[in-house]
Amino acid sequence: MTPLASYLLVAALLFSIGLAGALTRRSAILVLIGIELMLNAANLNLIAFWRYGPHPEALTGMMFAIFSIAVAAAEAAVGLGLVIHIHRYAHTTNLDAMNRMKG
Amino acid sequence: MNSVFYLISALTVVGGLAAVLLRNTVHCALALTVAFAGLALLFLDLDAQFAGFAQILVYIGAVAILVVFAILLTRGSETPKGGVYSRNWPVGLVIAAGVFAVLGWAVLQSGSVLPHETAVPVVTVRQIGNALMDRYVLPLEIVALLLTTAMIGAVIVAMHEKEGQK
Repeated sequence: MTPLASYLLVAALLFSIGLAGALTRRSAILVLIGIELMLNAANLNLIAFWRYGPHPEALTGMMFAIFSIAVAAAEAAVGLGLVIHIHRYAHTTNLDAMNRMKG
Repeated sequence: MNSVFYLISALTVVGGLAAVLLRNTVHCALALTVAFAGLALLFLDLDAQFAGFAQILVYIGAVAILVVFAILLTRGSETPKGGVYSRNWPVGLVIAAGVFAVLGWAVLQSGSVLPHETAVPVVTVRQIGNALMDRYVLPLEIVALLLTTAMIGAVIVAMHEKEGQK
């Protein structure tokens, strides 16, 4: 197995773990943790393709990963702000209990 | 592949598994930090020093702390009565396993066409900075705008509303 394939397999495993966490946990914060893991697995893919790609000096994959990290930070801030706001209304972060859109 | 790669990958995967499996939410956040650190080490192993240190700064320094703040503000560390897993967790598990099967199959099938060992790319921070200011200046501005908007939005969303002002 080539080195790139090993990195891709690790990233796929991490992505699946994050997906399983996002789909099976009840707490909204744990779902956000799962989404963060999935984003990080995608970043690992980008960096691995940059490292073993034909033109690493063009920095394309690296830049993609850096911008992805910045966007993930914004996503985490807004998502956790939403969780705190929902907790103030419903007094729970249990996603099974949040079954209506009206506040 | 060397043993360093296997060691770091095992650390990352175990951290990720613990982050989604543990019952106590605070322990999940700590396990998530371990997974982030493992990913940063993987980036450094891939000779992407800047991305590795950005990962440490942004994820371990900011996102993990933010998650801990949210857990403590919402009293999420108390284990709920109905269990920590959603009602239809087997469906989610099957979907995740299916996704992993498809991804793993695709990677293993394409193993022969993937490139082998290449020369280590030498990338300095000066080159990254020049690229950010030259070719990637428009994405940089958009990200700056996005971060400002997200910061204002997060403050407005989480701001305490006054009574009778719903």
